[in-house]
Amino acid sequence: MKAKIGFGFGVALAGFFSLVPFLLFVSSAFKTQTQITAVPPQWRPEFSLDFFISAIGRYGILDYLKNSLIVAGSTTLITIGLAALAGYALARLPRKWAGMVLMAVLACAMFPQIALAGPVWRLLRLFGWLNTYQGLILPYVALTLPLALWILTLFFREMPEELEAAALVDGCTRLGAWFRVVLPLSAPGLFTASILCFIYAWNEFFLALLIMTDPAKQTMPVGIALFQGEHTVPWGEIAAASFITTAPLVLLVLLFQKRIVGGLSAGAVKG
Amino acid sequence: MASLTLQNIGKKFGRVRALSRINLQVDHGRFCVLLGPSGCGKSTLLQIIAGLTLQDEGSVLMDGKSVDHLSPRDRDVAMVFQNYALYPHMTVAENLGFGLRMRGTPKDLIKERIIETAGLLDLEPLLARKPRELSGGQRQRTAMGRALVRRPKLFLLDEPLSNLDARLRVSVRLELKRLHQKIKGTVLYVTHDQVEAMTLGDQVAVMREGRLHQLDKPDAVYDRPADTFVAAFIGSPPMNLFQGRLIRKDGRPFFASDDLLLEVPANLAGLAGKRVEAGIRPEDLRLDPVHGATFPARVEMVSNVGAEKYLHVKTGSTELTLRAAKDLSFLPGEKVNLSVAPHKLHVFVDGQRVNPLE
Repeated sequence: MKAKIGFGFGVALAGFFSLVPFLLFVSSAFKTQTQITAVPPQWRPEFSLDFFISAIGRYGILDYLKNSLIVAGSTTLITIGLAALAGYALARLPRKWAGMVLMAVLACAMFPQIALAGPVWRLLRLFGWLNTYQGLILPYVALTLPLALWILTLFFREMPEELEAAALVDGCTRLGAWFRVVLPLSAPGLFTASILCFIYAWNEFFLALLIMTDPAKQTMPVGIALFQGEHTVPWGEIAAASFITTAPLVLLVLLFQKRIVGGLSAGAVKG
Repeated sequence: MASLTLQNIGKKFGRVRALSRINLQVDHGRFCVLLGPSGCGKSTLLQIIAGLTLQDEGSVLMDGKSVDHLSPRDRDVAMVFQNYALYPHMTVAENLGFGLRMRGTPKDLIKERIIETAGLLDLEPLLARKPRELSGGQRQRTAMGRALVRRPKLFLLDEPLSNLDARLRVSVRLELKRLHQKIKGTVLYVTHDQVEAMTLGDQVAVMREGRLHQLDKPDAVYDRPADTFVAAFIGSPPMNLFQGRLIRKDGRPFFASDDLLLEVPANLAGLAGKRVEAGIRPEDLRLDPVHGATFPARVEMVSNVGAEKYLHVKTGSTELTLRAAKDLSFLPGEKVNLSVAPHKLHVFVDGQRVNPLE
C-alpha cells in the first residue's frame, strides 16, 4: 500500500513537471491578446484562433513548417535506409565484432554538440552547403544514425535466421532476402527508429540555428525563437506556433506508443 | 531430380570439428535418411548441401557435377526446416508461390502449380490464411508444399516432423512416404528418430560427432550394425552389449564374460584370446531353448508396452533386456532359462563389427 502511494506520488510529480509547461503554452495559444497579459493569469482560454491566424499570416510559419518537414523527413528516410542495411549486417556478424562496432558507434554519439558545431560549420562552408537543406540533413543523419543502428541491430538479431535461409533456398539473393523477408517483418522496429529520428530532427535547435541563417530556410524551432523583435515578444504567436509544431508529434506518439515501446524493448526480452 | 554425391566433406567451427570426411551417395529418386543424436553434424551437412554454409574440405556434387561454387538459389534444392520457417507476413498461397516468383515463373503457371500442390497436400481451404492461423500439422504441410511446388532437383528435410505431437507424427510420416512414392524425388532427410529413419529411408546414414558410422539399407543397419555405436543407437529397447573375450573350448569358439558363456559362429575361431564386445538384440534372446545351451536368469522387472512385454533380467551381475509375447506372464524374482542362436550374436573388436560379415 505504501509503495502504491509512493508510486502514485512519483507519477503525479513527474506528470506535473512535464505537463504543466506544455499545458501552459497550449492554453496560451488559444487566448486573446488581452487575456494573455491579464493579471492575475487566467487559466481557461477563450478558444480564440487569433494567434494562429496571425502566426500564419504575419509570421509565415507555414514556410518554417515546410522546411521542417523536408529536413526531418529526409533525415528520417536516409538514416533508416542506412541503419537498416548496416544493422542487418551487424546483426549477422559474429557477436564479438558486431559488439565492438556498436560500441564505437555509441562512443561517437557521446560527443557534445558544441564540440561538433565548429568543425561541422567549417565543413559545410567548404562544401558551400550553409543555408541548404542538405547542409542540415547531413549532420542530422550523422547524429541520429547511432540510435537507429542500435534499435535495428537488436531487432534484426531476434529474426530467426532460418527465415533468411528459406528465402535464400527459395531463390533470393542476400539483399533480396533482406528486402522481401527481413524488412517486412521488421516494421515495428523500423517504425520505432523512424519516429525517434523524426522527433530529433524536428526538434533540433542548435545546429539549425547555426547552419540556417537565411530565414527562408529556417526550421520551426529556429523560426519560433526568432519571432521576437527588438521591442516585442509575441507570446501568443509563439505559443500557437509551438502548438502547431508539437501537436503532430504528440498525436503520432500517442497513437503508436505500444509499437514504440515494443520496438525499444525488442532486444531486451526474448519473446 | 538428381543424384547427390558428397566427397570427403569436412567442416570446422573454430576449433570444433563438426564434420570429418563424409562420403555419401544418394541415387536419383532415392530417400536417404541422416540419423544421429543431436549435435552429430547432420544439420550442418544439410546446410552445406544447400549452400547455406560452406564446407572447409571436400565437394558436393549433383548429377556428378560440382555445385560448390553455386549460391543456394542456383543449386535448385528445396529445404524444409524444423520450425518450418514459413514467411509470417505472407499467406499460404504466397508462401507456396514465393520460390517460383523469385525464379521469374510466369504468373498463371505459378497459380497452376500452387493449386496443384495444394491439392496434393489438402491445403486448398487454407490458401488465403497466414501461417499464424494454421495448426502445427497445417504449417508442416505448408512447409512441405513450399518445397514441392518448385519441383527441385533435391529435397532437403531437417527434422520436419519433430515439432508435431506424437499421433500426428505417425500419420504425417505415412503421408510423407506415400508422397515420395508418388513424386519420386531425391530426398535427404535429417532426423534423430530411428523409427522415422527405418520407416522412411531407402538408405540410412548413421552419424555421430561429425562422422558417418554406417550407410546402408534400414534392415542392414539393424541386422548388421557396423560398430557398437550403431548397434546401441538403433533399436528399442536397445541391443544388450557385454564386454568379454573370445575363448576356445572343445575346439569351438565362445564369447566369455564373468557371467556369460555363449557360443559364437565357427568362423570367429581365429579371434580366440581377443577382447571383444558381444551384442544380442532383445528379440534374439529366447525363452524357449531352441538352441542347445541355455543360461539361467532372474526376472527383475517387467515393462508392459501393450503389444509385447520387455523383461529385464539379471544373470550374475549382468543385466539383459528381452522381448516376450504379451500373453506370457512373469513375476519379479522368477527364474527363466535363456538361449541365443550363435549366428544372432553380434561380435565387435575395438568397437568394429567382425561377425557376421556377409
